[in-house]
Amino acid sequence: MSYLGYPDFFEPYIKKVEQTRPARVEKRKKGEEFQFMSLQERQDMLKYHPDYKEEGRREIKIGPSKGYRIAHEFVDLLEARSRVDPDKVDLSGVDYETDVLVIGGGGAATVAALIAEENGAQVLMATKLRHGDSNTMMAEGGIQAASKGEKDSPYYHYLDVLGGGHFKNDPDIVAAFVKQAPDALRWLEGLGVMFSKSPDGRLGAMHGGGTCRKRMHYCADLSGMEIMRTVRDEARNRKDIRVLEFSPAVELILNEHGQCAGAVLYNMETEEYLVARAKAVILATGGSGRLHVQGFMTTNHYGATADGIVLGYRAGVPLSFLHTVQYHPTGVVFPEQIEGWLITERFRSEGSDIVNVHGEKFVNEREPRDVESSRFIKECVDGKGVPTPTGKVGVWLDSPMLDILHGEGRVRTAFVGKWKVYDRLGIDISKAPMLVYPTLHYQNGGLKDNAECETALPGLYVSGEVTGGLHGENRLMGNSLMDIVVFGRIAGRNAATFAREKARDGELTLKHVKAYLKELKDAGVVTDRVAPMLLPDYTTSQVKEKQLTVSYLGTLR
Amino acid sequence: MSAKQTKKKSAATAVKHRAKETAATAVKEKKQIAARLIPIYIMGKRYEVPEGLTIMKAMEYAGYILIRGCGCRGGTCGACGTFYRKPGDYKLQVALACQKTVEPDMYIAQIPFFPANRAAYDFAGLTAAPEEVFKLYPELFRCVACNSCTKACPQGIEVMDAISALKQGNITVAAQLSFDCIQCGLCTSRCFGELAQYHMFQLARRIYGARIIPRAEHLAGIVKAVNEGKYDRFLDELKGTKEAELKKLYQEREIEPMAAGEDWKPKDSRYL
Repeated sequence: MSYLGYPDFFEPYIKKVEQTRPARVEKRKKGEEFQFMSLQERQDMLKYHPDYKEEGRREIKIGPSKGYRIAHEFVDLLEARSRVDPDKVDLSGVDYETDVLVIGGGGAATVAALIAEENGAQVLMATKLRHGDSNTMMAEGGIQAASKGEKDSPYYHYLDVLGGGHFKNDPDIVAAFVKQAPDALRWLEGLGVMFSKSPDGRLGAMHGGGTCRKRMHYCADLSGMEIMRTVRDEARNRKDIRVLEFSPAVELILNEHGQCAGAVLYNMETEEYLVARAKAVILATGGSGRLHVQGFMTTNHYGATADGIVLGYRAGVPLSFLHTVQYHPTGVVFPEQIEGWLITERFRSEGSDIVNVHGEKFVNEREPRDVESSRFIKECVDGKGVPTPTGKVGVWLDSPMLDILHGEGRVRTAFVGKWKVYDRLGIDISKAPMLVYPTLHYQNGGLKDNAECETALPGLYVSGEVTGGLHGENRLMGNSLMDIVVFGRIAGRNAATFAREKARDGELTLKHVKAYLKELKDAGVVTDRVAPMLLPDYTTSQVKEKQLTVSYLGTLR
Repeated sequence: MSAKQTKKKSAATAVKHRAKETAATAVKEKKQIAARLIPIYIMGKRYEVPEGLTIMKAMEYAGYILIRGCGCRGGTCGACGTFYRKPGDYKLQVALACQKTVEPDMYIAQIPFFPANRAAYDFAGLTAAPEEVFKLYPELFRCVACNSCTKACPQGIEVMDAISALKQGNITVAAQLSFDCIQCGLCTSRCFGELAQYHMFQLARRIYGARIIPRAEHLAGIVKAVNEGKYDRFLDELKGTKEAELKKLYQEREIEPMAAGEDWKPKDSRYL
């Protein structure tokens, strides 16, 4: 038996939402908004945020950011051995030669590859999974850029980015970002990205959490997928971009002049380690949701395991803003099959209320993500969350309001991706609300770079989620899709220039890896952990107990 | 994957939170065990897995480490296209392994890769003429309208209708019908005429996005203003502003109302 597709258990709870819905819809129609929190109230609310739990983090003992307190899950990977003994790698036997090596297969990597190629470089992309398997592919909500000059400008975009990031962001990086965002959007439009537009070509735009102007552009609710598949398609047209799939980098290679000069790649299918030599390297490996920081569920793709952080840090690049991790307020709590799955912020942007177990609104739906998440956690801590039959708790996202506010069929047409997935599970989200709770979503920080995507290591460029600085301590919706485009282009251009003008020939070396391992030993860290992780470990202990002849190197056997 | 160097887990080095995490995993596993076990057949081989899991999680439960056939785990990347069949039923069913819940006695085979023809082209040189598409993909006309592609689509896309539209030169309809294509390739694997529908649709969507829907004039306008340096002064000013003042500017910035229409204008236009 079920009620609107949910188990009977939920019937009384859903009925509460239905009871309060007409009055809430009326308020929306009159334009009455729930009061936003003041900056002080936001600050106070953050004590409910997982980032602020001191027992969740520890100081890292070695490396360029020694003493920095970050989540145990990151420290575990940074205080870990190499996957491969550096002495065993034959650096005289080069398997791949290229001008620019791009490590990563998502949006930032692909955009960088395109622009490096346009700047005359031969490009080799080394991806861990398939080209395109990435968090970019999964981004739904939209992409921010000030595009309507009569009401918006990079000035307001800048203020919003800083407000979201607690005013801690790197000003140069933010300024470059907001200034180049419009052109990046136009570049995508020219590649044929199907933005949602009115018939005259005007871009659809809406609010996101923390925006003062509607500048969230979108491609229905599949914005990231549409952008990813378009840039990937273009990369496939370019004869000077080669792609090596299932071949993640496990170490960066330097040359005798201290420049980044390639990487050791691991063919995950044949289990060979291979040497790729390059004149410049772009690291764009994305995020880390699959580390499941503090045991949280995640929206991230299968390969989001912080590999780039490990590679860059071992080669001497400091960390920046990695002490904050973003929890997306609305991850699915129930049904369990799609647990952790992201429900785009756009449901809230368009007017779906968040309500508690009593069917009451308790927060404005457009607070910055960290504040919004903290508020949800507080509501549940206060006993006003909605229980599930499996012992979890969440709050309602009242999606059926959208059909009432914008006309019947709105949910089904504007959120076709979400609607279909729920429909397969027997739930029609234009009739029934969705049960949500914060879920691990985005790595706010990462490797330190500047507005030119340069790092402490000459010849190494970084872009996208693996970096830190743009978003400060908290990213706003729609700024990561723009991040990968703006800084993917900058990294691609600068890496191609470096390869042409500054790269020097010289003997390849992994001395930095040996030095790192020595530092680890000297710091008294005795461990059998290895990094990068490459893939998360979802094998059960029951299976492992019976794998009598198998040994695991990290998470892989 | 084969065994590598042997090593032992040293309990002494395990940090506290790890132990906690393991405990949590153990509890979770126990709960799974407590759920009813149902038989499924992974490539013909029988495994008992807890009901309620997705095909993907069931494979992992059975002991598989997935390298291929697993991507976003959220139904958008197309890595985990899967065929399955139930005993006594002739009908071949399709699913995404990360989305479909296991059912008793389902026979499962993933199609993690399918060799499909993709035409390379110079996008800048394309107009919106249907003949260009015909020339790049002449096999389009090998379609016999058998509808196997539509039946094989885990997204429920009207694949054959979109192909028909393309044959008629209607790029717009092909682009719109195929918008939520995840490019898993299941349609192609079933195609009698050996078409790679998903590559053709990709081409159609790009032509539609860049050449058929009008370009955004307001976007071109602001790009021009940026290039002329219109906002440089404002941004320099902000970069030099102290945190306390920035907070004030932030708090006082005018917020476009949710319900505002396209004609809304802010009161303060100094920074536009």
